[in-house]
Amino acid sequence: MLDFVARRLVAIIPVLAVVAIFVFLMLRLTPGDPAAVIAGDNATSEQIDAIRSKLGLNEPIWTQFAIWIGDVLQGNFGESFFFKKTVAELIAQRVEPTLALATCTLIIALSLALPLGVLAAWKHGSLIDRFVMAFSVLGFSVPSFVIGYCLIYVFAIELGWLPVQGYIRIGVDFWGFLERMVLPSLTLGIIFVALIARITRASVLEVLNEDYIRTARAKGLSNRVVLMRHALRNAAVPILTVIGIGVALLIGGSVVVESVFGLPGLGRLTVEAVLSRDFPTIQAVILLFSVVYVLINLLIDISYTLFDPRIRY
Amino acid sequence: MIEDVVDSAAIASASTKRRSLWALAIRNSSVIVGGVILLIMLAIAILAPVLGTVDPTRIDPAARNKKPGTEITFRLDDGTTVKRVVLMGTDSLGRDVYSRVIYGTRVSLAIGVAVSTIAVAIGLVIGLISGYIRWLDGIIMRIMDGLMAIPGILLAIALVSIWRAGLITVIFAIVVPDVPRVVRLVRSVVLSVREEPYVEGAISVGTPTWTLMFRHILPNTVAPLIVQGTFIAAAAILVEAILSFLGIGIPPEIPTWGNIMAEGRTLFRVFPHNILYPGIFLAFTVLAINIMGDGLRDTLDPKMSKKV
Repeated sequence: MLDFVARRLVAIIPVLAVVAIFVFLMLRLTPGDPAAVIAGDNATSEQIDAIRSKLGLNEPIWTQFAIWIGDVLQGNFGESFFFKKTVAELIAQRVEPTLALATCTLIIALSLALPLGVLAAWKHGSLIDRFVMAFSVLGFSVPSFVIGYCLIYVFAIELGWLPVQGYIRIGVDFWGFLERMVLPSLTLGIIFVALIARITRASVLEVLNEDYIRTARAKGLSNRVVLMRHALRNAAVPILTVIGIGVALLIGGSVVVESVFGLPGLGRLTVEAVLSRDFPTIQAVILLFSVVYVLINLLIDISYTLFDPRIRY
Repeated sequence: MIEDVVDSAAIASASTKRRSLWALAIRNSSVIVGGVILLIMLAIAILAPVLGTVDPTRIDPAARNKKPGTEITFRLDDGTTVKRVVLMGTDSLGRDVYSRVIYGTRVSLAIGVAVSTIAVAIGLVIGLISGYIRWLDGIIMRIMDGLMAIPGILLAIALVSIWRAGLITVIFAIVVPDVPRVVRLVRSVVLSVREEPYVEGAISVGTPTWTLMFRHILPNTVAPLIVQGTFIAAAAILVEAILSFLGIGIPPEIPTWGNIMAEGRTLFRVFPHNILYPGIFLAFTVLAINIMGDGLRDTLDPKMSKKV
């Protein structure tokens, strides 16, 4: 087991190296001079040149790469071109809303999708089943920002139940924080519910045909126990796999949802950095998201053993 | 993360029964429903100029922010005026939202088709090379793993921002994150097919590599690629809308559904129609492609349908 984790962790290194090199080269080898953007429209070429050398952009490309990798390994990710801060500080400031959004989304999505999926499988072919299937296709087809604006329109503007947008730190006002998390996480959660409900239905449906389900029923166990303890648990591996794949959707979706709801998170930071050509920030954010994505999928692979003792590494 | 294992027996039987499979596919109810909606969308795109539209880029300061159904006075180029009811209202520059939505159909369909065709073509070539030339396989797949580790939308955002926004750059920015997925699919088909007796037989009688690839291996990739291509097209239309919505996609004067919605963001509280109507068109189109994709997958690629 430990051996497996160690091997997988080592295998992550080349993947991340490819990400780092790719992101770095992608930004450096394309036209568009960040120094010119920083200097503004009225700057002279001397001023632009001064900024270029201050940012280290006049160094040979491999020197720049080596400096950057040094910064990454030191954990500060270099200094932002725009804010007088290291990128690590910038990310630390912005990480809370994104983490909160991702957590709330997962909680909402799982607590909706698992019962829906199990119910659809249990009542296979019924109206509920059709509804769940139709909802899951629809969930994939409506862009999250359209869902977001529809929710804002109904619940914040027409009904006035919840605030339209904004963010309050969890430590400042917990109730205000929760109020502002409901709509964003519902918005982001819809596609997740669609994804998870669909796979839950499919895998529970497969498990329900197994002999041990018949045995469980024959023992006289209630439907709830059969479905939750026997069926869902045995259907857990594909569901977990899909949650892992869905993390990419969560990250991409957070960029959009944070823009719609004005959350000052990492997704917003990404868009700001991209628009202002803040290379160190773009590199760091992409690298960070990729690390998170890969690590979560590793965690999920490890967690298979919890749900299915037949799996051994 | 999970290696896509393709059942070679299913592929082999699929290729011998190819003709009957296609007949099955076009009789599948999901394929028909999705296909009909898409044909309607295609008709809208082609017939845009004759569907009662005006120039979608025409700015009319006198008719800004009209609600749907308002009658406005429309001044023609020769100075005469006509009354015109704006079905979907106007935006904050006085452009007719109905005309923009109708013309937007062209851009979205073009993006869907272009992205899926290019991604499948590039992925097919790289996948065939990777599956067939062993010493390149390791290098190519490590690069693809790296690309796949970057969440797709993030990569597209980064790419489009460094290549100045335009139709072509947006298409390629959406293509790049899709390529590794196609490569893995093609490679897995090639790896399983090349062990088949009929391929070994073809090698043993001295069939040239190119003939082998095109006649014996390539046809096996067609069914899964068509299924994959449909889903890529659906996702591409969504990603284009997201990029335009974030303000980093296709230049704002070009009428696309994402651009109309981006423009409608600021005044959303008062005039939700700017987001609602293009949103409905967008959802309908993507829904139709997804439904069709589900139907195609069930008939052409039954092995994959079990994996959802």
